[in-house]
Amino acid sequence: MHDFTYYAQILISGLTIGSLYALIAIGYTMVYGILRLINFAHGDMFMVAGFIMIYITSWSSSFLGGGSILVGLILTLILTVVLGVMIEKVAYKPLRQAPRMSVMISAIGVSYLLQNLATYVTGGLAQAYPNIPWLRKEIALGSITVKRLAILTPLLTILLVVALVLIIKHTKMGMAMRAVAKDFDTAQLMGIRIDRVISITFVIGSLLAAVGSILYFSYIGQVSPTIGSMPGLKSFVAAVFGGIGSVPGAVIGSYIIGICETFIKSNQDISIFSNAFTFALLIVILLIKPNGLFGEKLKEKV
Amino acid sequence: MKNKKTRNLLCTLLLAAVLLGLLLYIDNSDLKSSMLSAVLQKGAIYALLVVSMNLLNGFTGLFSLGQAGFMLLGAYTYAILTIPVAQRANVYQYFDGGLVQFQMPQLPALILAGIVAALFAALIGAPVLRLKSDYLAIATLGFAEILRAVIQWEKLGPLTNASNILRKFTGYSSILFPFIVAGICIAVIVLLINSTYGRAFKAIREDEIAAEAMGINLMKHKMISFCTSSFFAGIGGALLAMFQHNVQAKSFTTAMTYEILLIVVIGGIGSITGSILGSFLYVACSEWWLRFLDNPTVIGTFKVPLLGHGFRMVVFSVVIMVIVLFYRQGLMGTREFSWDAIFAFFGKVGRFFKGLFGGKKTVKGGAVNE
Amino acid sequence: MNNPVLRLENVTMQFGGVVAVDDLSMEVREGEIVALIGPNGAGKTTAFNVVTGVYAPTNGCLYLDGKPYLCEHPRGRGKREYLGSDAEKFAHQPTLRKTPDQITKMGLARTFQNIRLFGNLTVFENVLIAKHMHARGGFLAATFRLNRKEEARMRREAMELLEIVGLADQKDEQASSLPYGQQRRLEIARALATDPRLLILDEPAAGMNPQETVELTAFIREIREKFNLSILLIEHHMNLVMDISDRIYVLEFGKLIAEGKPDAVRADPRVIEAYLGVDLDA
Repeated sequence: MHDFTYYAQILISGLTIGSLYALIAIGYTMVYGILRLINFAHGDMFMVAGFIMIYITSWSSSFLGGGSILVGLILTLILTVVLGVMIEKVAYKPLRQAPRMSVMISAIGVSYLLQNLATYVTGGLAQAYPNIPWLRKEIALGSITVKRLAILTPLLTILLVVALVLIIKHTKMGMAMRAVAKDFDTAQLMGIRIDRVISITFVIGSLLAAVGSILYFSYIGQVSPTIGSMPGLKSFVAAVFGGIGSVPGAVIGSYIIGICETFIKSNQDISIFSNAFTFALLIVILLIKPNGLFGEKLKEKV
Repeated sequence: MKNKKTRNLLCTLLLAAVLLGLLLYIDNSDLKSSMLSAVLQKGAIYALLVVSMNLLNGFTGLFSLGQAGFMLLGAYTYAILTIPVAQRANVYQYFDGGLVQFQMPQLPALILAGIVAALFAALIGAPVLRLKSDYLAIATLGFAEILRAVIQWEKLGPLTNASNILRKFTGYSSILFPFIVAGICIAVIVLLINSTYGRAFKAIREDEIAAEAMGINLMKHKMISFCTSSFFAGIGGALLAMFQHNVQAKSFTTAMTYEILLIVVIGGIGSITGSILGSFLYVACSEWWLRFLDNPTVIGTFKVPLLGHGFRMVVFSVVIMVIVLFYRQGLMGTREFSWDAIFAFFGKVGRFFKGLFGGKKTVKGGAVNE
Repeated sequence: MNNPVLRLENVTMQFGGVVAVDDLSMEVREGEIVALIGPNGAGKTTAFNVVTGVYAPTNGCLYLDGKPYLCEHPRGRGKREYLGSDAEKFAHQPTLRKTPDQITKMGLARTFQNIRLFGNLTVFENVLIAKHMHARGGFLAATFRLNRKEEARMRREAMELLEIVGLADQKDEQASSLPYGQQRRLEIARALATDPRLLILDEPAAGMNPQETVELTAFIREIREKFNLSILLIEHHMNLVMDISDRIYVLEFGKLIAEGKPDAVRADPRVIEAYLGVDLDA
């Protein structure tokens, strides 16, 4: 049998992973809420953000030295947001009137393009992520020692989520977002500038994905071209689990998946099912509670 | 009318004979191990995989992303059943020769590969086919991932060899084999699509609510389409395993499903001939014609820019995005290849040249005819 | 008196705290054309969706040719929140929920308010698809062409139907390319292809000009004779309703406020009040 410390360690890494999924899941859930589109490219954008950080720090370290990390962080956030908005403008906006299947295929196409582009540029090999020493410093919590990263991640996630919920609840833009999510066409008729709302949604989603990428890759230490797809899909499952369109739902779903997955991974016999578990959970939840834990019901009009 | 029918039949027979002759020639010459031969074989196998996915996505309107999972089931069923008993100790070296200690003949094993895939489709279809488009997509994708994990599970090792490679199973000797199998399977799918059930599938694709109001049992028909598609995906998976001479669960990823889906799009969602053309074109480009993009090339002292490892796939993805965004119809849209269209096209070209060279008179004549 | 083809018994439909249809009992007898009218928001469309099986009623039973096809009563939490009447009346009846396709098979066919044709298919295919539900061969028999006779019969009947409705010349055209009036006609032809006992039309004259409406009236009469049908229609167009109906039911706020022959309904003060100044002859 394992002792308390063992389980506490697993729980903490589960919380960390869950937080990272949450940061990605929010991007999925907000885009789905507004465009009814599974943005398959979201996970790959997360991967690209990782490479942006690597390339910028290694390029700027020649003349900035230690400052290159800071420059890398800032530029990663900015460039990821630019990329996210660009993807929407190029690949999704022209298909606004097209059947849903076309838009989903376009999303898959973008995902394919980003992965292949990353393979081409990087040569296909995994690359080491810049080491941010401050994050790696270990601190002791009673009998457990954890890295600062493990503490920072959930705290930062909660902070960002609370800020986001406040924005959605209390600002004019937030209200517009809720209106568009409720009824796309009516919102447009009411004079809401749909394209702006969608852009802002992608800005927020990409920004959180970039933050998530910095924390995630600092945690696992390397980036490879296909690394984004699995966390991406799992975050989507988390979003569905929590009720698609609901930000708190996505966060809670992410924590549940993150923690369960870490426990499964820690058991040798069943560790191969860590990914499968997530999807099994998805199928079960879709059957029992198709709208997720906090989702709203959507019905087609006859 | 009758003349045209005879003409079309003759043209089809002629084309089939030319193809058969070509394949027989390749089969009996040095070309057998050439790139051309490999591309043709893989193209035929992909054609079956793409058509079976098109049956679901293009003709029934069910956006399913489980293709790789059903291929995996077919490939594994076939491989496990046809490894010679004498070779089992070698292949299943970590599992004492494995659980299965017999070898099945090729054709029954191939059919069983399809049946196993179809059975699993029935199992998962019952719950997930109720879901709406994008949820169905993610649930089937998830199902494929679950299958991949289960097959690699150590506890199932005696049956599946866990994450180790399966090899030494029965292959095929003539390159005609994949063509014949894929040809028969595609013919069956075409027959299904043109039957009254195929029309019901199209009705569901067009409008589920209206289809149901016309007395079509949605669940039953979706299930038939899903299981049939999976059956042929299973057979396609088995063919792919034969072509590669080995099979390993970890290669049947979501990316493989995406690849097949994108060929469906290239060929035209809802066109069988488009899918077939698209498959051969895609395989030829990716394995052969565009290979040069991956090799850094220097002409004289000039180094051709951009070329290098992975560039081919970048070009591919860009082409696919262009098709998705600007030519949503793909090669064929929902149309099918027909001799009438071909002859009409050449007729037009002929008239155009006649018009160019023959002066005004012929142009007028052409106009009257139309 | 003729037997009722369709009968609704104390049907109530409640959404949350709103009773959209309240204790509605009505019937359509053999060979009759019956209209269901009422001001906007009266619950016509909800009633329609219950009859065609899109919604399961909160309470009540529906019968086709005397056979029940939907039967529900409120239970558990639904019962505590139930605002309608007769909560106990059907408590001892077995619950019955046929799906729309099963209901169509029992002999009830419908059209849609906002035309729902299979747009990318041809006119002929649209009608042929409606013949599918009577196909007896399994999908393997159909795939391997072991059902030639049946297929030939389906094609022949579909063609006959297109000739009757006057769309034979357009049979190979794409359904969505037809002009509006012909799309309506095709939708009715498609419904007829299911060999119904009862045809339900959801605002068949919506979006039609007076000339088209007159043609439609004649057309509805014609198909009733030819196919020995009973017809239930929901319609805003008063001219059409008064002209064509044998009997009329009037709904207001989910409740039945009048029932009878067109002249009687037209003169009913409650109906006039419900339409509040709307001239029924308009």
